[in-house]
Amino acid sequence: MRQALLRATPGLSWQAPGRTRTGKMTPMRQAHAHSVQGKFFFLGALLLLLIIAASFIITLGQVPMTVRQVYLTLFDRLIPSGLDINPILAHVIWDIRMPLITGTVICGVGLGVCGCVMQAVLKNPMASPFTLGISSGAHFGVSLAVVFGISFLDGPYFLVGNAFVCAALCSGFIIGLSALRGATSETLILAGIAVNYLFQAANQLFTYIADDEQRTVMSYWGMGSLSDLNWNSLWFLGAICLVCLPFLYGKAWDLNLMTTGDDCARSMGVDAHAVRMAVMVVASLLVAAIVAFTGVIGFVGLVAPHIARIIIGNDHRFLIPASGGIGSALLLIANAVSMNILGGVVIPVGIIMSMLGIPLFLYLIIRGKRREFWA
Amino acid sequence: MINKLTVKNLTFGYAGDDVLHDFFMAIGDGQIVSIVGPNGSGKSTLIKCIDRILEPRSGDVLVERQDLFKMNRKDAARLVAYVPQNSLRVFTHTVFDVVLMGRRPHLGWKANEQDEGKVWEVLGLLGIENLALAFFSELSGGQQQKVLIARALAQDTGLLLLDEPTSNLDIWHQIDVMEILRTLVRKQRLTAIIAIHDLNMAARYSDRMLMMKKGKILANGIPDDVLTPENLGTVYGIKAMVKRIGDSPFVIPLSRVLAKGRGRM
Ligand SMILES: Nc1ncnc2c1ncn2[C@@H]1O[C@H](COP(=O)(O)OP(=O)(O)O)[C@@H](O)[C@H]1O
Ligand SMILES: [Mg+2]
Repeated sequence: MRQALLRATPGLSWQAPGRTRTGKMTPMRQAHAHSVQGKFFFLGALLLLLIIAASFIITLGQVPMTVRQVYLTLFDRLIPSGLDINPILAHVIWDIRMPLITGTVICGVGLGVCGCVMQAVLKNPMASPFTLGISSGAHFGVSLAVVFGISFLDGPYFLVGNAFVCAALCSGFIIGLSALRGATSETLILAGIAVNYLFQAANQLFTYIADDEQRTVMSYWGMGSLSDLNWNSLWFLGAICLVCLPFLYGKAWDLNLMTTGDDCARSMGVDAHAVRMAVMVVASLLVAAIVAFTGVIGFVGLVAPHIARIIIGNDHRFLIPASGGIGSALLLIANAVSMNILGGVVIPVGIIMSMLGIPLFLYLIIRGKRREFWA
Repeated sequence: MINKLTVKNLTFGYAGDDVLHDFFMAIGDGQIVSIVGPNGSGKSTLIKCIDRILEPRSGDVLVERQDLFKMNRKDAARLVAYVPQNSLRVFTHTVFDVVLMGRRPHLGWKANEQDEGKVWEVLGLLGIENLALAFFSELSGGQQQKVLIARALAQDTGLLLLDEPTSNLDIWHQIDVMEILRTLVRKQRLTAIIAIHDLNMAARYSDRMLMMKKGKILANGIPDDVLTPENLGTVYGIKAMVKRIGDSPFVIPLSRVLAKGRGRM
């Protein structure tokens, strides 16, 4: 060992980067290169699977159609080509099912990615977009509108506006509070849990004093549903995603370092507190926007990152896209089930998500690789 | 000759009293410098202040002529690397990924071939290339320590700060780590500052030693000058014999001194 060390240190000169002494790859480097290729392959496969699943799921429903018809209709819509398109089919596809499928994918990606980055900056496997009171904040906003008629926006989006504003205020409050105490992960989690309980209590109070009709709206909202998504809401969600997701992905390196502890991250040039704050603000904003439109579909944000971790490990350059992909796959499947399992009756997707996702998740942590991804 | 590291007027306290008050220290180039002292004397605090993990209330830290506190974190991380005391509590990463993190201060967004080359190089240098794909959390303490040293080396700085790198290791690994550090300091012209409890290990491998108590340096010099029975009495409150074995002094502790006002902190 000592000799190996001396041989490998020829005076001051480091060897040419990227090459071994003999100029060819050692078995270890080959193995490493393979593992990196494997991760790229997984991401590619996941993307392909998403496209196939979405193409298939869009054909399910009361109006029967084929994948080919769907693609022809979409093609005709984007580049009018004078194809013979059934106008009813075109309406169902473009105005009803496309926004739903696209919205499901966007929400799944957003929730998966936010869960992933929150777990990283909070260094806590139980962190998810909902542990920090974001959803109860949004729920509070809805209750305000429903029970007291207090709303921040007029028009058809008054519920959404309330949910968004209250969710954003709630997480802003938590983040601001923890900034006073130095922005450690512990203060964030504790403040989040405390505020979460506070808003839950407020919601219970509202439920208590609400009449039956109001109560129905509130409880429906609490179950989470994607069926209200339309093109308008998608433009809004899409725009927020376009800003937030690249920002979060750009922090992949910093997140890798931060999972090894604030001290280490700081010593390697990452201002851990500033990154934690920035990531929490951006992720909360994205979650607030999603939750405002869909209600509580909490589980995706917790499980998707863990499933991704079990498959490709903790390098956030791969983990972030994988969490997003798995999040949207889970949500797509749950949504397809919730729309089709009872004929014409749509079960709120939040319920299906939990009923399908939790057994899968438990299976993975119990039977999966015997490796602790949380040391 | 200018000093590799100069610490001037450094003042830092956690919530209560100052741990370091108007602290001064100068360290030459190409040396192994050990910092010894009883528990709670401020060794870890000093190292963390130098590396800007903690933010001192006042003072300057100069690496050669550059003031660390006047540059951004990333630039500072190109000058000083830190090997933490306790092994990381992490989401499990592979050894390769842990070492690659050390390249962060040099990266644009993307790690290029040069960065990966550097990682392989330091892994080879420490003889742990075979562990590249192993998971950090599944390694033994000695292996983990080497990985953390590798990460600090990948950071490509002239100055390494190590907080008790041998404390959790068996005797073979203690010698192994110290030998590695010595070889690196000699061959790469690094400077290593090591907080360490084992006085004899420190004496054998250090060019200079600093002895601290309650945030102050009470003795400073070559091991022979620092490890005297008088100093051990004042700083540690022990009665000890110091022999010379080979090239270095060797401390044989005899008993503790129970004088008034010299109780252990
Ligand atoms: N995180 C902390 N918060 C408050 N006080 C601390 C903290 N860390 C260390 N201290 C105090 O600072 C002093 C120096 O500690 P430290 O630098 O860890 O000493 P050493 O590394 O020499 O054992 C001790 O009195 C200790 O109690
Ligand atoms: Mg210490």
